[in-house]
Amino acid sequence: MIAEAGHFALLLALAIALAQAIVPLIGAARRDTQLMDFARTAAQAQFAFVAIAFFSLMWAFVVSDFTVSLVVQSSHSAKPLLYKISGVWGNHEGSMVLWVFILSLFGAAIAVFGDNLPPALRARVLSVQAMIGVAFLLFIVLTSNPFHRVFPPPPDGNGLNPILQDPGLAFHPPLLYLGYVGFSTVFSFAVAALIEGRVDAAWGRWVRPWTLAAWAALTLGIALGSWWAYYELGWGGWWFWDPVENASFMPWLVGAALLHSAIVVEKRDALKSWTILLAILAFSLSLIGTFLVRSGVLSSVHAFAVDPARGVGILLILILAVGGSLLLYAIRAPALKSGGLFAPISREGGLVINNLLLATATLTVFIGTLFPLVTEAYGHRISVGPPYFNRVFVPLMVPLLLLVPVGSLLAWKRGDLAGALSRLWVAAAIAAAIILFAWWLRGGPVGALLGLGLAAWLMAGALVEWAERIRLFRAPLRDSVNRAANLPRSAWGMTIAHFGLGVIVAGITATSAWQIERVLLMRVGDQLAIAGYTVKFAGTDRADGSNYFSRRASFEVSSNGRPVTTMHPEKRFFPVQGMPTTEAAIHTTILADLYIVLGDIEAPAQPGGGTPNFLPEPKPDTAWTVRVYYNPLVPWIWIGAMIAVLGGVVSLTDRRHRVGAPRRVRGAVPQPAAGD
Amino acid sequence: MTRKRRRLYILLLFMIGIGTAAALTLTAFRDNLVFFYSPTEIVEKDAPPWRNMRIGGLVEAGSVERAPGSTEVRFKVTDLQTSISVVYNGALPDLFREGQGVVAQGQLSPDGVFHAREVLAKHDEKYMPPEVAEALKKSGRWQETVGLGK
Repeated sequence: MIAEAGHFALLLALAIALAQAIVPLIGAARRDTQLMDFARTAAQAQFAFVAIAFFSLMWAFVVSDFTVSLVVQSSHSAKPLLYKISGVWGNHEGSMVLWVFILSLFGAAIAVFGDNLPPALRARVLSVQAMIGVAFLLFIVLTSNPFHRVFPPPPDGNGLNPILQDPGLAFHPPLLYLGYVGFSTVFSFAVAALIEGRVDAAWGRWVRPWTLAAWAALTLGIALGSWWAYYELGWGGWWFWDPVENASFMPWLVGAALLHSAIVVEKRDALKSWTILLAILAFSLSLIGTFLVRSGVLSSVHAFAVDPARGVGILLILILAVGGSLLLYAIRAPALKSGGLFAPISREGGLVINNLLLATATLTVFIGTLFPLVTEAYGHRISVGPPYFNRVFVPLMVPLLLLVPVGSLLAWKRGDLAGALSRLWVAAAIAAAIILFAWWLRGGPVGALLGLGLAAWLMAGALVEWAERIRLFRAPLRDSVNRAANLPRSAWGMTIAHFGLGVIVAGITATSAWQIERVLLMRVGDQLAIAGYTVKFAGTDRADGSNYFSRRASFEVSSNGRPVTTMHPEKRFFPVQGMPTTEAAIHTTILADLYIVLGDIEAPAQPGGGTPNFLPEPKPDTAWTVRVYYNPLVPWIWIGAMIAVLGGVVSLTDRRHRVGAPRRVRGAVPQPAAGD
Repeated sequence: MTRKRRRLYILLLFMIGIGTAAALTLTAFRDNLVFFYSPTEIVEKDAPPWRNMRIGGLVEAGSVERAPGSTEVRFKVTDLQTSISVVYNGALPDLFREGQGVVAQGQLSPDGVFHAREVLAKHDEKYMPPEVAEALKKSGRWQETVGLGK
């Protein structure tokens, strides 16, 4: 009954979205307030119905309603509740429902918080948002009905892929979608502005919070996915330049560019048509990402169904959205008047370089990701591996990162390069000191030393910029504190985010250069010395969970004879799927991770694919393949990402970004104790 | 600076950007494209030795041997028409099993043994790597294996 209600709600949402796509557009053209206001009601109603559908589906998963075929395919009654819920988006149909759920959520958010938007713009934005909604709802209804029933219902479901049964991964898709779909709002703003033929500083101000929110969510989603890959896949790596990773990374890069160019639109009324183009591209790349990941053209854990109709469906949406918006852009963009002029050396100039490098980097990732698909059409199966990406990506990122502290110290319109550089001497000194320190500690390679210097330059540069703003050590301390208290949240956000970037660079550099990997056979009692630790294989025991069997090893880790910790890597077996998995054990000191993976056991395989050979009690002298990694600074990658996200969130709380906030009265003085 | 000049500057910058991207891409492509071969293609097309490549197929039943006292594993990858011997030193993925699809990346030695640096199996039970499916389709043995994975 609830499944039917959900299905019906989806159809109603589709009907509403259709009306929401058409009526406000007519209203905006005729300046008819009533028709325009319909968009707000419709957006909220559409969200309500999609929410009903989404939560009906979730209900079916939670109560394990095996009359719904989707629940049968990707759930199981013995699964923990969290994974029953995450099972909703652990499959093609459900993930599409999640997609439209977030899409309509953003639509409703614009409707509710968009009080200060001009009515015509708001109506058009919501109309474009609804067009995307129509496309995806239609796609779901026609090709991917999540509420399909089976009769007779089977006694139990097939379960969810065990490697996806992980708390980190349960939230990875929703966050990633918040990012992907978040760019739909920016896209809608861009298309609406093109329809209106007018982009001004205010447009930049309205677009920024949505960009920030989407970018922050995407950052979080990507970081979570990378963290999951790090501890769950057991390869000791955190980023593989896998096409699926690239698919989420491209919108992130363009989103980062957009974040910066929207500032130029807001502050200086320049770079308008470029910003519009970036807004279109950010969402287009999100759609391409969805297509690549979900259609099964790429081989990965994310490819669900290999139903050609679905691939064609998403491709059709992609062509309509990208083609339509770019056509509109080609027609309308030349008419956009460009605003404020600026010298090449200025804040704007710096941001242009930022955009240039980010866009170029996106292009090279795009080529590397899609090239195999092109050659495949000509009959050659090739793959483009990490070496390609490292060779094109790093040379583009180094100048970008070098310029970050410089650019943020330049003034708008006409900057003083010598002045900016001279104020950065502290950062340069710190970077040099770090390089020397790393050289003393590790010796080399040179690239890694310079990488750490770059990281220090970024972190120190962010702090210098902050110190400059509050005139630290130049003005009396109380004056500086006052300035810091009155610093706009967006300035705080920038400092924090750039600092986080430095932390990420440090983590990437150190772990890429100084990772130690050991693969060896170990018997109980064997020892291994790695990076100052002694790792002793103490034995194995059984540690079964609610829906799996497990053999758990114990490794006693000591340093200079003092015990540090005991680590427990596991090999698990999920009987429902008949699938073994590996659980790495990680001991972190924040400065480095010790990472142990239990590999194959030297024991006869069980015939007939029954229980795996690692589950029965092994003979005492059995050898195991063990992989041990020492990953210096690797946690900094995710810590840095969290700091960058924090920067985004802080910036989002800037009152000028609060879409719904009443406009500040000109000249009003902020009250010191108002908790602002 | 006038609008025209600024536009010229920006245009110039973007030309430089695209130029850099093209140059970087092309030089990186030259060395880092990894071609995929099915076992039959390795034999028929005389795959070049000591170049990075990927091979894919099924792990031949009964072919997996472990060298005692070391982490070295030897097995054969087959498209049910031709088999290639593979040597790999390291831990195999969880879903590596005889009779199942596998993709290996590494280099071919002149004596025809494939030295794998990386061995990838599928991520879940229902899934066959597309490279493997294609290799089997090419060798005309695809039909026999449908349903094998379940």
